[in-house]
Amino acid sequence: MSEIEALAAAKATATRLSKVKRLNALLTPATAVRKALLAQAKAAHPSGVLYGMPVAVKDNICTLEFPTTCASKILEGFQSPYEATVITKLKAAGALIAGKTNLDEFAMGSSTEHSAFGRVLHPLDRTRVPGGSSGGSAALVAAGAVPAALGSETGGSVRQPAAFCGVVGIKPTYGRVSRSGLVAFGSSLDQVSVLGRSVHDAARVLSVISGRDARDNTCEDRDPLRLPTVPERLEGFVIGIPKEYFPVDLHPGVRRACDRAIRALKELGAAVRDVSLPHTGFAIPTYYVIAPAEASSNLARFDGVRYGNRADGVTTLAELYRRTRGAGFGPEVRRRILVGTYVLSSGYYDAYYRKAQQMRALLAQDFRNVFDRGVDLIFTPTTPTTAFKAGERTKDPVAMYLADCFTAPANLTGLPAMSLPIGRVKGLPVGGQLIGQPFLEDDMIEAAYALERAIPAAEEA
Amino acid sequence: MSAAWETVIGLETHVQLATVSKMFCGCSTRFGDPPNTNVCPVCLGLPGALPVPNERAIALAVRAAVALTCTVQHRSVFARKNYFYPDLPKGYQISQYDRPLATGGALTFVAPERGVVRAGIVRVHVEEDAGKSLHDRFPRATAVDLNRAGVPLIEIVTEPDFRSPQEARAYLLTLKQVLQYVGVSDCDMEKGSLRVDANVSIRRPGSTALGVKCEVKNINAFSYVEKALTAERDRQIALVEGGGAVTQATMLYDSKTNTVRHQRSKEESKDYRYFPEPDLPPLVLTPEWIAEQQGTLPELPATKRERFVSQYALSPQDAGVLTAERAVADYYESVVHAGAEPKAAANWVMGEVLADANAHQETLRVPAASLAGLIALVKGGTLSNQGAKKVFAEVAARGGDPRTVAEALGVVQVADTGLLAQWVEAVVGAHPAEAARFKGGEAKLMAFFVGQVMKASKGKADPKAAPALLEERLNR
Repeated sequence: MSEIEALAAAKATATRLSKVKRLNALLTPATAVRKALLAQAKAAHPSGVLYGMPVAVKDNICTLEFPTTCASKILEGFQSPYEATVITKLKAAGALIAGKTNLDEFAMGSSTEHSAFGRVLHPLDRTRVPGGSSGGSAALVAAGAVPAALGSETGGSVRQPAAFCGVVGIKPTYGRVSRSGLVAFGSSLDQVSVLGRSVHDAARVLSVISGRDARDNTCEDRDPLRLPTVPERLEGFVIGIPKEYFPVDLHPGVRRACDRAIRALKELGAAVRDVSLPHTGFAIPTYYVIAPAEASSNLARFDGVRYGNRADGVTTLAELYRRTRGAGFGPEVRRRILVGTYVLSSGYYDAYYRKAQQMRALLAQDFRNVFDRGVDLIFTPTTPTTAFKAGERTKDPVAMYLADCFTAPANLTGLPAMSLPIGRVKGLPVGGQLIGQPFLEDDMIEAAYALERAIPAAEEA
Repeated sequence: MSAAWETVIGLETHVQLATVSKMFCGCSTRFGDPPNTNVCPVCLGLPGALPVPNERAIALAVRAAVALTCTVQHRSVFARKNYFYPDLPKGYQISQYDRPLATGGALTFVAPERGVVRAGIVRVHVEEDAGKSLHDRFPRATAVDLNRAGVPLIEIVTEPDFRSPQEARAYLLTLKQVLQYVGVSDCDMEKGSLRVDANVSIRRPGSTALGVKCEVKNINAFSYVEKALTAERDRQIALVEGGGAVTQATMLYDSKTNTVRHQRSKEESKDYRYFPEPDLPPLVLTPEWIAEQQGTLPELPATKRERFVSQYALSPQDAGVLTAERAVADYYESVVHAGAEPKAAANWVMGEVLADANAHQETLRVPAASLAGLIALVKGGTLSNQGAKKVFAEVAARGGDPRTVAEALGVVQVADTGLLAQWVEAVVGAHPAEAARFKGGEAKLMAFFVGQVMKASKGKADPKAAPALLEERLNR
């Protein structure tokens, strides 16, 4: 690609982004995005492996080009003085940062309805949600406005919207990608993750942002991920199908699509085996202790003292905190801060937080047991249903939380996992999930390449 | 104060580690810079910023722990201590909680009443400092300076092993000395690099159970340690003797009024919601690395003091003075190694050297080799003690070789018998009455004549050589 072509790509992206404005997926105004894209296209280094590729970025990842709001009133207009390591790496590879995408406030949600700046519409059905919390990124990729976008995962916030929107979402192994500059939600679970219109688009962006970073002590000292070649067959792969992910009440369309994908895996030469991950049912309760606990601490810094928005006319310190945080955070964020504060309180710590950590260890052991018996990858549905209607679950937090029941285990155990489209049900996409072994994203991506080519994902399952 | 009560005190000491940069970021730890100039996204707690531990700080903390004979844990865990305050940028302090860096040590010190006392060290853990709230800078507003936020600290917690405020102070002085020796901290209480909180309770002598304790905070100078603890002890005794009971509370010491006042009771105490810091993996230290830190430890003050007594035949008191500061002890040994006689060197260092250092910002201005040379000139009779002191002052102020300086100052003693004989002749001639009395048996007049010779020679005569010549002349 030449500089002229890069400029043309930047302009075309800006135009495409302005055309999907109705989705409310992008928080950056169209004019600001156009200006920034053109400036970046001129400055980008042509030798980069992503030269000229526009990448939209979830608005909980710090950028110098645009404010970082986490879709929260408390950070409305906040301009970070530094940028996330993943952004530096993307820019160094020649990618163009194509604006900031809408999300559930502080990445807390599964529908992108909990944004202080309005909900994101599903690109195929505006009455439905795109999933969340990286709903803005997923919707933009699904709408064809950008080939790839960054999201973040704590409990499935990339794979779940990828499944709902019919795009590819990859959550790397915990420690594969730097978290520096990703606004923390649940630090032991958070990973910057990638959405792409194809396995290849998502994988090559992941490859660029992966690797060691001196600014994040939890980021492993490893070279960037090397992309596998696209395989003809999957001979030699052993793929486990955990029965706990196929409950009797699983959406029949989702089941059909998964069955078709499993047949495709067999036809590709993979050995498919039934396995069991017995503690799966405890993943959501465990997740909803650990994630809020860490969130209650991580979000303590938003106090209106040093940055962000502060309530006017306060006279006491207690009032400063109460009114700033009361007005700045939305109801779901407040709920999780309260839950998290409670489970860490003296007298309740052992009953909740410590128990949850013990369950987390059992979940990890489940996966080790399966992998130790020669299974290379696990295949499951990404979500129990297709995209649900807007407003359907906002009054019922537990129903909303259960949208992540198949994705949260990979976050709790740190394992790499991805979702790819495996068909449609009544026009709505279904996602199939691959869960891999620690730092073996290449195996997972290799299988996904083959599956992607073997399945007519745009057709009814 | 009533002897019917025994005081029991335990101390929690926060010590700033002598690093150039902060605990979890690269910002400077320099004291006294303009407010909020040594800050970055990490220590400001900006969204998305992550801590990265300072290896130098860990090394210093391990050295402190080893110097206090603690067991350094091969695996310790950082924890978040959660509370809201404007000078705490992240809303939590990164500290250690149930898995501290080191446990189970001791520090031996000399207590004023009980002699040698062994204070048990419960734990040593690493943490970051908070910023500073300035309540008196702007009218009706609090300003926050975050230069100190993220500065590395260790907290050293003792057993309740002190029986009086004086003992607590003696322990602190010994702790300070050890930590300074090891190079862990400058322990400057006025700059806040050593801060102490105390748990105080009282009980009947002979009782082994602990009374209800109160924590005393805000003791911000060494001179307040005894006063604050005495005030709290007296408050508790007065309370109990008046028919009341001590209730667990945090007390603040006010140095202006020399009183303690109630800050909060146990019921009002904060729930810090400690949990393991997810941004930092457990701190794993290999036995080899710990041994390496141990290997860098210098000889500690108590050992050095004993060695000075046996090796240089010094009194325990003199050895104590000479080893009080590592720089002075090292200087003393350099003087001895340069050939000075140990006792003479000790007298010089404790006298002229320390006095000069005192007057000149604790700098040791005369090189050890020069002092050894000076001591040799005295021993060889070239200089009198008085002359040597003049030379010392000159060398301290302007440098130079002691002999050259002595000659320039004209204080070299004259042992030349010809010149000495002239002074003797003149002195004896000028004092015929005394000469007659001496001859008559008043031997003690020799001192008078030597004095006169020194006076006549303006101090240049060798006082050791003069008596022989005087004797011969007077008895002629």
